[in-house]
Parts: sequence; C-alpha cells; structure tokens
Amino acid sequence: MATTTRTVEVALGTAGVDSDGRAVRTPMTVTENGQVTTLEPPAMGIAPELEGEHLLINIGPQHPATHGVLRLVLELDGETVVRCIPHIGYLHCGFEKIGEYRQYNQVIPWTDREDYLNSIGNNVAFSIGAERLFGVEVPPRCTVLRVIAMELSRIISHLVWLGTTCIDLGAFTPFLWSFQERENVYNLLESWVGARLTTTATRVGGMAADIPDGWTDQLRNFIRTFPKTVDECDRMLTKNGIWVGRTTALGVMSADEAINYGLSGPMLRASGVAYDVRKDFPYLDYETYDFDVPVGSNGDVYDRYLVRVEELRQSTRILEQALNRLPGGPVNSEDHRVILPPKNRAMSDMESMIHHFKQVMEGPRPPIGEVYVPVESPKGEKGYYFVSDGTAKPVRWRIRPPSYVNLSAISKMVEGHLLSDVIAINASIDIVMGEIDR
Amino acid sequence: MGLSQTTPHGTTTTTFEPSNQESWVATRLDFLVNWSRSKSLWPMPFGTACCAIEFMATAATRFDLARFGMERMSFSPRQADVLICAGRVPFKLAPVLRRIWQQMPQPKWCISMGACASTGGMFDNYAVVQGIDTIIPVDVYVPGCPPRPEGLLYGIMMLQEKVMREKMSDNVIRNEMEPDPKSGLYIPPSRIDELSEPFGNSVQQTRSGL
Amino acid sequence: MTIPFSPVLPGSASPGAAPPATPRNLPQKGGEPNPSAAAIAAKFPALFVRSEVIWGDTNVYVHPHGVTEVVRWLHDDPAERYDYLSDVTAVEFRDFEQPLEVVWHLRSLPYRRFLRLKASLDKREPLVVDSVWPIYKGADWLERECYDMFGITFTGHPDLRRILMWETYREGYPLRKDFPLRGRFSRAEQLRQALSITTEGRYSMEELSVAQAFEDLPEDMRRRLAGGERTGE
Repeated sequence: MATTTRTVEVALGTAGVDSDGRAVRTPMTVTENGQVTTLEPPAMGIAPELEGEHLLINIGPQHPATHGVLRLVLELDGETVVRCIPHIGYLHCGFEKIGEYRQYNQVIPWTDREDYLNSIGNNVAFSIGAERLFGVEVPPRCTVLRVIAMELSRIISHLVWLGTTCIDLGAFTPFLWSFQERENVYNLLESWVGARLTTTATRVGGMAADIPDGWTDQLRNFIRTFPKTVDECDRMLTKNGIWVGRTTALGVMSADEAINYGLSGPMLRASGVAYDVRKDFPYLDYETYDFDVPVGSNGDVYDRYLVRVEELRQSTRILEQALNRLPGGPVNSEDHRVILPPKNRAMSDMESMIHHFKQVMEGPRPPIGEVYVPVESPKGEKGYYFVSDGTAKPVRWRIRPPSYVNLSAISKMVEGHLLSDVIAINASIDIVMGEIDR
Repeated sequence: MGLSQTTPHGTTTTTFEPSNQESWVATRLDFLVNWSRSKSLWPMPFGTACCAIEFMATAATRFDLARFGMERMSFSPRQADVLICAGRVPFKLAPVLRRIWQQMPQPKWCISMGACASTGGMFDNYAVVQGIDTIIPVDVYVPGCPPRPEGLLYGIMMLQEKVMREKMSDNVIRNEMEPDPKSGLYIPPSRIDELSEPFGNSVQQTRSGL
Repeated sequence: MTIPFSPVLPGSASPGAAPPATPRNLPQKGGEPNPSAAAIAAKFPALFVRSEVIWGDTNVYVHPHGVTEVVRWLHDDPAERYDYLSDVTAVEFRDFEQPLEVVWHLRSLPYRRFLRLKASLDKREPLVVDSVWPIYKGADWLERECYDMFGITFTGHPDLRRILMWETYREGYPLRKDFPLRGRFSRAEQLRQALSITTEGRYSMEELSVAQAFEDLPEDMRRRLAGGERTGE
C-alpha cells in the first residue's frame, strides 16, 4: 500500500537534532507510480513538554550487532527503549519441510546447517532421537564418542559467543583468542570426519567414522592447553570495569519469569534455575559423568557470561572423563535394520548387496510412533521431535529451537534499557539465526 | 595509419586504429588505479548462515584477511567495495540484499560465498533463492558448503586479479541493467539516492548518477 | 553484604525419587505411564479422550476446546506443577482422513516429568484451538509459528500473525501436506513477489502507531488500528 510506505519514510527521515535537541526533519520526495510527492517538514515549534516524541529505530536485518539477520524495531523515548518488536524469518529455509522428503540418514546433513555453531552436537541429537524411534541401541564406544562430540561442540559454540559478544562490547582481543582455540577444535573435527563446520558425523545407529589413530592424544593436548585460554579470557573480562559496567543488571529475568518464558540453557541457569537436560533428563549416560551445573543468581547479562565461561571448564572436565573411559569395540550398532553391511561383503555377497541397495535406495523404516528427545545444546534445550507413519521418511521432523524461545523474551528484557544495552542483551541470548528461522 | 618496421627479413607494416588503442598513459593509469583498488578492497560481509562463521574464521587469527588489505570490514554498504554474500538467501531476505547492493557506490564487486548463495545449494524448496545471481550480479563464485577459509582467500585473489584487468575506458562493466519501470522491481534513482544518502564523514557520492 | 540466594532445583518436589538415568531398551508401546495421564482422566472425564505410552513418553489426547482448562490445571495443581512449556507444534499426516494434531510438550521441573498433550483437529473444519499464552508466555512465538506454518488459529493469542514468512506471503501454509516442497508459484514469480516488497515498508500497523506516524496514517488505517487490528498491508 503506497500510503504505508510514505508514512514510514517520515518516521525514518529524521536527519539529526537541532540545537534545542529536537529532531530535525528534512523534506523528502517520494516517487510512487510516477507521481512525485513532496513531504513538508512538520513545523518546528517550541518544545511543548519535556518528554520528547518517540522515535522508531530499525536495527537489522543486516547489522553487525544482530548476530545474523535478526531485525529489531525499537521505539525509543530519548535513548530509552520503550518497546521492542523483533522480526525474524529472514533466514527461513524450510528445514522441517525438507525433512519430510528425506530418509532419516539423509536428514543429518541438514542438522549441521540448522544450528551451525553446534553442528556435530546436532548430528548426535538427531541420531539419539532417530535411534529411539527405531528402537536401536548403540555400542558403548559410540556413546562415549558422542559425548566427546557434544562437549567439543559446546566448547566451539561458546567460543563464538564469547568472541562475538566481546566485539559487540568493544573488546577485540578475546575474539582472536577464542577463534584460535576454535581452529584447534576444527583440526580435531577435520581429522575425525573430514569437515570443519558441517560435519555430518553420525548415522542412525552409529557414527560415520571411528576416530583416527592418535586422535585421543591430540584431544588430550587440547584439553591441556584450552583451560589456559579460558583463564586468560576470564582474567581479562571478569573483573574488567568496562565489561562489568556494560553487563551487570541488564536484561534481568527472575527465575519464575525465565521458566514461564520457556528459556533454557545458560539463559535459564543464569536466572537461578539449575535445569540442565544432561542432569535431569539424561541421555548418553551423562548421569555417570561428574560435572557441575553453574547457576547464576541475578539473571543478568553478566551472570550469563559467567555461566558460559564456567560451562567451558565443565565441558573440559567431561571431555577428560570421557577420554579416560573410552572403550574399544565397534562404533556402529549390529542392528541390520539401520546399518549398512560392510563394503567387502556388499561387493561379494548377493544377499548383502541387495540389503545394501535396499538400505540406500529405500531407507530403513521405523515402526509407527513418535519420539521427542531433548538434549542440552549450547543454547539450551534442543529437541528433535519425530513422527513416523511407518514409512522411510518422517511425517514430521520438528526442531525445538532453544534460541527461538530464548529470543522471544527479548522484548521483555530490553524494555527500559538504553539503546546501547540492547546490543549487550541481544548478544547475551546467544542466538543463531539458522536455528531460529530454520 | 600504419607503422612500418624494417627487419632483415623484409619490411612489415602494422596498421592500427587510434580509437581502438589505448595510450601508454591510460594503461599505466589503469594499472595504478587497479592496483590500489585491488589491494584495499573493503568487504561488506553480508553473512547470513554457516558461511558467515567460516568468513569470521577467515578474518580471525589463523587465516588473517588483513594480508589482503581486506581486514577493514565495512558494515555500512555505503563505504564498501565488495559484497561478500556468505550464506543462504531466502526470499524474505532477497529485497534486503538487493537494496544493500544498490546502496553500494561504484565501483563494486560481489563474491558469492558457498553453495547456497551461488545456487541455492541443498535448499531447493519454497523458501530459498536459487542463487543470488538472480538478484544481483556476481563476480566470483566460491564453491563449498561452506568453503574453507583457503577457498575464500582464493576467491578473493581471483577477484583481485579481475580488478587488475579492468580498464577505465571500458565502461560497459559498470553499466547496470535497470529493470523495467513498470515491474515491481524498479526503484527510481531519486529513491535510491535518498536511501544511500551519505552520512558521517563519508564523501558525497550518489549511486544513481543523478 | 551477602544476597540470600537459593537456586530453583528440578526434582525438588519428589526428593525420594530415583535419580534420573538414561533410558534404555524402551518398549515401543506400553511402558510405564506418566501418573498425570490418569490424573487428567479423573479430573476432566469430559475432555479426556485417550492416553497411550510410546517409546517411554505419555501422550494424552484431549478435546481441542478444553486445552486451556487442562493446561491451566496442570500448571497450577500442586501435585502436577507443569511449569515449563517445551514446545507447541502440529503434525499433519499424509493420510488426508487422519486429523491434524496439535502437540504441546509440557515439562514439570519440580517432579521431573514429561507429558505430551495432543488435540486432534478435523481438517474439514476450521482449525481452531485454544491458546496457552495466558499460562505460558513462552508460547507466544511457538503458536505464531504454528499459525504461520499450518494455519491453525489459536484463540486468545494476543498477536497472531505470520512470523517466519512475510505478512503478505500468498502461497499458503508451508508445512501442510498439500503444499508442494518448492511452493505453489514458479521460481520467477516467487522472486518477483519477494523483490517487490519494500524493505522499509515492512512495518506492522502496530509499529506504525508509534509516535508521529499515527497522525500521518490514512483515515482507514487509523480506523483499523483503533479497532485493534495489528497487522498492516
């Protein structure tokens, strides 16, 4: 509608403020269907009262501080946010629709790209869910390898969060440190599955590959050196006056509110709720690992930072325990419903070849049913919900996106804060637009 | 007009049209301009998805984009030379990308990073643009899902090579096709100028040529 | 000065329960049901349809018009305390005759329980179901997404409009089974429609009501806004 467009330009056409601090508006011309309309500036009278007019400001969808293609429309009174209306969907790529047209194993590459900071963790989450739907159990070596994968994934995701949040709040060096550590993890992932970011590391009923020789030594080396980087960032930020000043008492969520808004992960734990899927609804034998769940007391941006840094340390602890208990044996289940026959048998044995062919072309069929398996992703409770009607492709593949639900509370969190604090609060949510918009 | 040259094998005459040739000064000037342009391309990272993470890795410690004079990320399109579209572009984002491209001043280039930006990649569905070259012109396509940082660096070096080959006299490469004014795609030049109005300390440069 | 602080601990309402463990060898049907299922059946005999246990999780089917009532009771009752809404979604089956199901994944942190609540909607009738937004604020975007992708109307939701697709998206509801994977329109038409969106014009009426803009709105839009309409164009 033409009129809408014109109206908006008046709202956006504020070029600055005059000497009295009032908004200066410039006349603008608008061409609509060949008709040129000139918009006259409103008369600038004497400031009637102290509260100025509200200003509409648009951040995004292409903005360096929105961590993706989030768009926030803010109503400002002076520099205070009166109202915040988030717009999402700029990265909606139809993951769930595609999932209905693919076999279970074929969906796994999409899980990489959905929360792309946590690719290998998503692979594991998908496989756990699909295995429960198929009724398949995986061997112990696979379980431990998956724990290693999930914790590595948590580490690289939190490192991206740390680096980008530091840039948002004016510190560049931690970005370089955290990305250096990410490269170390990338090297590990690359030597394991061949890809840096989009790993596709698991299959239904096992892993794509066993770890190569000497991999555990590399991982031990990483575990030895990584805490030093965490300590370094910790020393630089935790008691830094600028950092503390820019993060404390921002975006506070009380425990009750956080639960009611459905927040999860570090966002929920910073508010003082010790809910961690690994502890409360365990998977992959997480109940047998010794680790702590960090909990914040204030629920502000600073607490979220503290929780995430502590989680980096706890993940290192879990990695160490997993390495010490890593058993031998196969990584893939013996279940022939989901696992391909070995290549040498598929090439020489007729039955195995037919089995291989059917498995690849038609895909394994789960029984009718549905599962929802939550895991603790770096962003929070991530769940894959599968509904099967007995065919080789899921009827519904639903992603429960933690940062989607976390982001929905941003309106509540930023209201009453300054415009510059919106950036800090938005950064503290740790959003990944790939997962939010799917 | 011709040029005669006598060699021990005889005399050869080379003819040339002055209008088809460029003077020594023009080519040297071209070289100078292209050299300085290609060595200080300011990228505008239009990062949407996974590729943006690899782009960040390229800019960060190990791969160090600063070696190519590109560490100055220009998050405003008005001060950018090269648009690096990293990641998938859904239809909802298509007008945004197009608008950002229109706000960039000439000369400008575009790198399409990754399979999704180049072709739609694995997202052949209702929501995703099947290649950003349906919206804006692309100079270099970097394949990969996502491309490794080395791949992006190679793409950047290819772009630098391309910039080195440009000629000032050849203004065809700067011509942009304007869509039909009757279609919904057309934006009048006055409006583009309005949107790309310079601010801060940037120089007065308008995109539309008005 | 020390600030008194006590974290909210999951499982605090059932101190004697066995510590949670990774589920193993779950039966497909007929595992141990969640006690809340029987409690719903006893409390709301008119709204309760049936319950089943699939792969260890309890499904409870209720009538679509009684969802708010059941969920509010589940949220408030001291013996249930389902205080956490994990997910709201919908499932459409490939068989047209099978009804569309709206799914609520509820979690009780104090009791460490998980319950899947379902309501079946006949596809031949308007897809309307109660909103749980008054109970869980987290349902806001989840229900909007459900509306965007399936076209299910949640009565009682304060701001039900498209969230992932743009507001003027005309091809339908993408996750419905009758929606083709590549959309209904040709690629060229999809691109044309997308590019003809004015990026600056994409404000909702609610946003346009801010500040001076309201006075500049045309008469009919002002009237629509005053009538409570929130989406523009």
